[in-house]
Amino acid sequence: MSCQLASDSILYANGIYRLVYEIVGVVLPCWVAYAIAGLVFAFILVNAVLLGAAVITWGERRVLGRFQNRVGPNRWGPFGLFQPVADLVKLLTKEDLRPEGSDRVVFSLVPVLMVAPLILMTAVVPFARNTALASLNVGVLFILAVSSITSVAIFMAGWSSNNRYAMFGAARAVAVLISYEIPVVLSLLGVVMVAASMSLGTIVEAQALPFFLVQPLAFLVFMAGMSAELNRSPFDVAEAESEIIAGYHTEYSGVRFALIQAAEFGGVGVVAAIAATLFLGGWSGPWSEYLGWLWFLIKTGIIVFLFIWFRATYPRLRIDQIMAFSWKFLLPLAMVNLVVVTLEVFLLRGDDGVLTHTDLAIMAAINLAVTVIAIAVFGNLIKDRVTFRTRQPQQVVVPGVSTIEVS
Amino acid sequence: MYGLAMVKGLMVTLKNLTRKPFTIQYPEERAKQHPRFRGEEFVWYEERCTGCASCAKYCPLGIIKIETSPSGSMIPQGEKYRLEVFDIELQRCMFCGLCVEACPYDALFMGSGFEQGQYSRKNMVITIDQLRNAEKHPSTWFRPQLEGYEGGTDSFRRTPTIAQGESRFSYDPRGGPPLGWREVGRESWRWHQSEKAGMRLEQDEAVPDTGSDEPPQSGRGSDAAAD
Ligand code: SF4
Ligand code: SF4
Repeated sequence: MSCQLASDSILYANGIYRLVYEIVGVVLPCWVAYAIAGLVFAFILVNAVLLGAAVITWGERRVLGRFQNRVGPNRWGPFGLFQPVADLVKLLTKEDLRPEGSDRVVFSLVPVLMVAPLILMTAVVPFARNTALASLNVGVLFILAVSSITSVAIFMAGWSSNNRYAMFGAARAVAVLISYEIPVVLSLLGVVMVAASMSLGTIVEAQALPFFLVQPLAFLVFMAGMSAELNRSPFDVAEAESEIIAGYHTEYSGVRFALIQAAEFGGVGVVAAIAATLFLGGWSGPWSEYLGWLWFLIKTGIIVFLFIWFRATYPRLRIDQIMAFSWKFLLPLAMVNLVVVTLEVFLLRGDDGVLTHTDLAIMAAINLAVTVIAIAVFGNLIKDRVTFRTRQPQQVVVPGVSTIEVS
Repeated sequence: MYGLAMVKGLMVTLKNLTRKPFTIQYPEERAKQHPRFRGEEFVWYEERCTGCASCAKYCPLGIIKIETSPSGSMIPQGEKYRLEVFDIELQRCMFCGLCVEACPYDALFMGSGFEQGQYSRKNMVITIDQLRNAEKHPSTWFRPQLEGYEGGTDSFRRTPTIAQGESRFSYDPRGGPPLGWREVGRESWRWHQSEKAGMRLEQDEAVPDTGSDEPPQSGRGSDAAAD
């Protein structure tokens, strides 16, 4: 008795899944094999996200330390590598507090709801050739849909905590998330249009020239938007320590807090993986047949480093500045990118609907110029909203006294 | 152009990334201490101490406790007291150093250490035995003669080199060797020779050298025990 996946199954392209399924299928019924293969892959993904979160907490603290001329955690293990383990043990042994008057069910559900979307998102990301758990043909749409669950979870956290600061944080977070969803979606539309597919595997294969060169504007908008969606500095108003304690997770402690932190840092890793797939060419690179996973890891690491770099550089924006940045700057930029890319694809595409390497190079050249011009134009238009205006000294005439300057 | 300032900011942080961290990994590495650092571990030379208790009187907090008894030693110089108790209650000390300033015989020095952390307030008292047995790393605070210290046993006759600027910091209280009581005084200063009776160089040399910096009066201490 042997089981074969139908070749039109979304799981068919996944080599590892198919291998497990067929080997288990030799001795067990097909539905058991189906479940076991799924569990094996789910195990891999869950551990990839949580381990990734642990490594990113360590890496972020190390790199941030070096940015600030410090050393960062370095006491336990080589280069402090076991620091996340120590943190986890500390958090697990802490008392798990729940505030009086909180909504028990909703409160307990939040950590799970924060982590689950991340793991779901990794299901469509190809780590190497043919390793996405499900090579969905609507992969980008799936990612966007699932990532929106986070905003619900954050609002649940704020609502159920029975704490004003948590409520403030949640309100801010939801406002930011909703505003930044739109530029991000529009920037991804350009990518989808050039690749002519929503499947992440196909998008990787379409990147003869990495898309961050073909559409620098989309890449910038995506990175800025994702920084905001991850509640990372400079857009971290939702958990601004100096203003509202810890925002929506003020009331969480112990293992729940550990899960929320894991979701935050795991989110950085997952978003970096998606950005690497969509814009840096994912697993493609020299010898990608064997070293695809390595290229994928390196590119993800570069994006994670970019996030840490932004965090180390920019101070936190005010909430109105953040809104202005999204609606008055990123949204027009994403629109410009969309229009320009649409025209380019329409004009350059051959009769078979395929963009050649030369076409991509031409697009890259045009889009670079468009990027510079668009940033200059829209930047100057919103300058007043996001920068501090220094007041001009005024001349005040006081009778009997010579002219004095008041600033 | 808009956005250039943001790139500039990124470059600033990137430049800092490539720099060496300023952090000093404390238990393994130590920052170089200033020689005048007023540390916790007071350095006290019993050989030099006359038991005058000036330090105890000058202490604004009154946390130095001294008990003495006649020792019968150095009678021609006016008899030196034998020290029985010399407690410094460190938990209230503010390291003002007035006790060191008050000591006329260069017997008390600020220390150079800062690792006297204890789990109980009772243990914060430095007793006479701790002072006796401690490794002597005196700070140069209010003791300028130490700043010209260049090592060697002939330090009695060295001239203070405080005026020579850079040599002030050649003395490293923490890293250098512990100093004996013969090496820390101001006897080579003329005013000191005339003013500070009892600690004159000639008389010091007249005291038989026991070879181990043992206090000259300690041999006769037990038969004159008081209270
Ligand atoms: S340093 Fe000041 S407070 Fe401390 S024992 Fe000496 S005189 Fe008293
Ligand atoms: S002032 Fe100096 S000589 Fe006098 S008791 Fe104190 S340490 Fe000894």
